[in-house]
Formats: sequence, structure tokens, C-alpha cells
Amino acid sequence: MEMYLRPAVIGVMIFVVFNALIIASAILVLAERKIMGFMQQRYGPYLVGPHGVLQPIADILKLLFKEELRPKGADKWLFTLAPVLSIVTAFVAFAAVPFGPETTLFGLLDEPIKLGIADVNVAVLVVFAVTSMGVYGIVLAGWASNSKYSLFGGLRAAAQMISYELAYATSLAAVIMLAGSLSLREVVDSQAGTWFGFFSQWYIWLQPLGFVIYVIAGVAETNRAPFDFPEAEQELVAGYNTEYSSVRFALFPQSEYINMVTMSAVATDLYLGGWHGLLPIYTPLDPLIEQYRLGWLVFIAKVAGFLFFYIWMRWTVPRYRYDQLMQFGWKWLFPASVLNLIVTAALVLYLNA
Amino acid sequence: MIPLSYYLIVSAVLFAIGTAGVFLRRNLITILLSIEIMLNAVNLSFVAFGRYAGDLDGQIITFFVMTVAAAEAAVGLALIIALFRQRESLNPDAFTSLKW
Amino acid sequence: MPETFIFYAFSAMAIIASTLVIGQRNPMYSVLLLIASFGALSALYIQLNAPFVAVAQIIIYAGAIMVLFLFVVMLLNAPREDAAEWDRSHPLQHPNIGRFGALLAALLVVQLAWALTKVSELETPVGARADGASVGSVLEMGRILFTRHTFAFEATSVLILVAMVGAVVLARREGSNQ
Repeated sequence: MEMYLRPAVIGVMIFVVFNALIIASAILVLAERKIMGFMQQRYGPYLVGPHGVLQPIADILKLLFKEELRPKGADKWLFTLAPVLSIVTAFVAFAAVPFGPETTLFGLLDEPIKLGIADVNVAVLVVFAVTSMGVYGIVLAGWASNSKYSLFGGLRAAAQMISYELAYATSLAAVIMLAGSLSLREVVDSQAGTWFGFFSQWYIWLQPLGFVIYVIAGVAETNRAPFDFPEAEQELVAGYNTEYSSVRFALFPQSEYINMVTMSAVATDLYLGGWHGLLPIYTPLDPLIEQYRLGWLVFIAKVAGFLFFYIWMRWTVPRYRYDQLMQFGWKWLFPASVLNLIVTAALVLYLNA
Repeated sequence: MIPLSYYLIVSAVLFAIGTAGVFLRRNLITILLSIEIMLNAVNLSFVAFGRYAGDLDGQIITFFVMTVAAAEAAVGLALIIALFRQRESLNPDAFTSLKW
Repeated sequence: MPETFIFYAFSAMAIIASTLVIGQRNPMYSVLLLIASFGALSALYIQLNAPFVAVAQIIIYAGAIMVLFLFVVMLLNAPREDAAEWDRSHPLQHPNIGRFGALLAALLVVQLAWALTKVSELETPVGARADGASVGSVLEMGRILFTRHTFAFEATSVLILVAMVGAVVLARREGSNQ
């Protein structure tokens, strides 16, 4: 019985996470418009369902019923492959991220099962590798549309993404030095506990500059907020997803939202203690959370906080111009992350000697 | 367990495919891609031998081969861009001015 | 048994993708098929207990070098290779030579496969002499890389710097004061 129960539980977990990501992107569509509305002192979508809660369903139905266009000169295979590649890499990137402690499902399983689709011992690098494959979706979308402006939009987006990958990887390397392991689960577990019984032992206290760099690079990687030049400014003329419609188009924003969720999840795991510690200071709830294995709720709360920060930043800060964006990435962010890495390495060596 | 020779056969076949690509194709970019196939085949046989010998030297060498391949691809592509600007063609048969 | 199946599936995928790379007319398709081949090779590396090499293959090869190729293909608007452009009068373009060459290549593969399987020492299964715990560990790899191979590591960084400078200089437009 046990032999069949475990794969069944893993299958159910994969099913749940897959659907949770899709529902999360739908909720994010609504959340973004509501939060944007409230920040602009108006209600967001209000009519569909009570307080506009059913708005994402209306959006999805509208997109599904649109006509599936394909430009005449567009490459037949690549035009469909590009959004598929985007969405597949978005989902696969979340597969390596753990989202909860071990649990025995109220004693149903003999051996506790770890909450996370795959427990890879190089999980940090796997997430990085798969997000760097996400560049292809955008580049191919720009190329396959057979339109000059789409091509330039796609190339600019790709150049931006690969430029900010450097700062992303270097700030990751600093956290890995502190944690001593490439596995995300071990990075989270090394953040359990508190200092002086008061502050949670999160890496954000040890790596404030690294956290800022990581968040900025993550925002640039997902083509969001102040770095969304390829998808917004050129909306007036074209963008890499101009020639897309209906389902193929719907996959692009969905993959963007899922990438946001993955970035927030990885940032939570690396800097905010994952599923340990509800608040930056010690609360009496913490031992209860550890005892009843409710860490996944804490994780979801932190990821939701991060996503709110993403949306908040989008509607508050003006957009970067493209050359300012590239200058910032190469001349400021990357040297800052290298400096962070060197200082972290020096301190680790000094304090361990 | 998979015998070592199976991995070596795969590596040899990939290397042969890469060599065939370098000889047969008349497009500079595809020739460079075939060179990358050859480098990958060699990486595979290094890692297989490293696992067979029980230590990590195979993987270390792979690391260096990948770095060299990256440098070579960068310089090769820059050369291709410069060549394309001269003749507007990616066919190696178009660059025959040194031929006597 | 799942191991053998994984090995056959991914090595078949790598070989078929590589064959299609050299057989495609459109260089864009060649680049994408090569990315698929790299993915299959990465799976083979994972099976060989080399997780860091597998992930590095995706990050470096499929994620960086192939993006470079893709950019160049797109920027040059690389024309599809046209068979009519080939110099038909050249002696090497005769079709029979191609067929003879393919036959020789197939014979070489068969001979190589026979030779590799007949050498008795190489029949030892992979991993029989390795202790699975330390092989493939990133910590161990970093330790060896920075102690025994320090000079090669530093030389590689100089190599990358030289390649970067060289690529920028070579691809510059003539007469511009950049």
C-alpha cells in the first residue's frame, strides 16, 4: 500500500502545484488591476462578479474566443513554438523550488515527503539555467513574427535579459557562499532559528546589498516594472508579441506572471527564510508553525508579499529608457554584485579562520 | 548499469556527425555549429571516462572545454560578421581571393 | 531498466537532433535543433553522476553560446543555403562522391563500435569503481579546481578576456571611431 501511496501523493502534488500556478497567474491579473486601481484612487474592475472577482475568467474567455491569426510570412513552426517555449520554461523553473518543510500528511505516509516537486542538489543552478532558456521564447517570438519592429523588440528584450543574468548569478553566488550548499532546501534550512532570541536568522540581514541587487535583477529578468521597455514602450509601434492573438498571446503574459511567482519564490527561499520565521522578528507563533508543519502557509504569505511589491513597483516608478537600462545593468549593478561577492567571501574567510 | 563503451559509441557517432557537417555544409554558421557538436561529443567522452575512473578530473576538463568553446564561438561569430560585411555571403566558396 | 531506457532515449534524441542540424537548410532551425541536442546531452551527464556539468551545459552552451548564434543568424538575416548556388563543376560536388563518403563513414562507425565493445576491459559497468557519494559533488569539484588546476583556471580567465576584446575588435565597423 505504501509503495503505491507515495507516487500517488507525488502525482497529486504535481497536479496541485501546476494548477496553483495557473490560478496564481489568473489571480495576479486581477490583483494587478485592482491594486493599480486603488493606487490611482479608483476601483479596479468592479462589475464582473462581486467587486470584480470574476474578471480573470472574463479575460480568459475573451482571449480564448479571439481569432487565431498568423502573419503570412511568419515561420509556421517557430511562431507556435515561441510561446510554448516561454510557458514550458516558466513551469519547469518552479519545479526545482521547494515550498514547504517535510510533511507526513497527518501520519498517512510512513516516511515524510518533502514539499517541492523535485529536490535537486543543484537547485539554484537549475532555476538559473531554466530562466536563461526563457530568453528563447522572446527572441523566437520576435523573429517568427516576420516584422522588423517585432524583431528589434525581441532582440532588445533578449539583450536586456542576458545582461541582468550576470548580476543575478553573482548575487546568488554570495548567498551560496553563506549557506555552503547549492540546494535550495538546505539554503532555507540554514535560515531557521533566531539571533539573540529576537531577530529571525534570515540572509537578508547578512546580505542587504545582495538582496537589493537580486530583486532588481529579478525584476529585469521577468521584463517587469521599470524594466519593461520591450513590452510597453513599443506597444505604440510594435513589441515582440504584437502579431500574436488569442491563445498564443495568452501564453506570454501567463508565462510572465509565472516567472514572477518563481522569482518571488526563489527570493523568499534565499533571503527571507523560506518557510521558517513568519516575521523578521520572533513571534510566539514560530514554534507552533514548526511543530504543525504549517511552513507552506508562511511561504505563500511571503511570496504574496513579494508579488504585491512587484505590482506596487510597476505602478509607482517610471520606466527606464533602453540605453539607461543597459548602462545601469552593466556599469552599476554588475560591479555592485561583484563587490558584494568579494566582501562576502572576505568576511566568510575572516570569520571562519 | 550502462557499460562505458555505450557512452563512447554515442560520443564517436556525434563526433562523426560533427565532422560530416564541417565537410559537407556550405554555410559558415552551420560549419561553426558542427564544430560545437564535435566539442560536445568530446565532453561526453571525458565525463564518461571520468566516471569510469572514479574521480572528478573528467568533469574539470569538461569545464575548461566549455569555456574554450565559448571563447571560440564568440571570436568565430565576430569573424563571420566581418566576413559577411565584405562579401554579403555566408558561402565559404565566395571567399576565394587568395586562390591561385 | 529505467536507466537503460533513459540512456537509449536521450542518446537517440541527441544523435537524431545532431543529424538534423547538419541536414537543415535554414540556419535558424539548425540552431534550435542543436539546443535540443544539448538538452539531451545534459540528461546523459546527469545519468553519469555529473550534475554540475549538466547544469553548466545548459547555462553556458544552450543558454549563452546558442543565444549568440541566434543573434548572429538573425542580425545577418542568414540566407537559406541554396543548393543551386553550389559550384557544380567542382570535382568534390559529384553526387557519387557523397554517397561513397557516406558509405565509408558508416563503415567507420560500425568498426569503431565493434572495436569499443570488444576490448574486454571497457566492459566494466560505469560506476563500478566509483563511490557515488563524492563523485559529482560541487564542493569537491571546486576544491580540485582551485588547488590542483589553479593555473589552468587563471589562464582560462585571460583567454576569455582576450576573446572578448578580439570579438569586439573584429566585429567593429570600419572607419568608425568607437
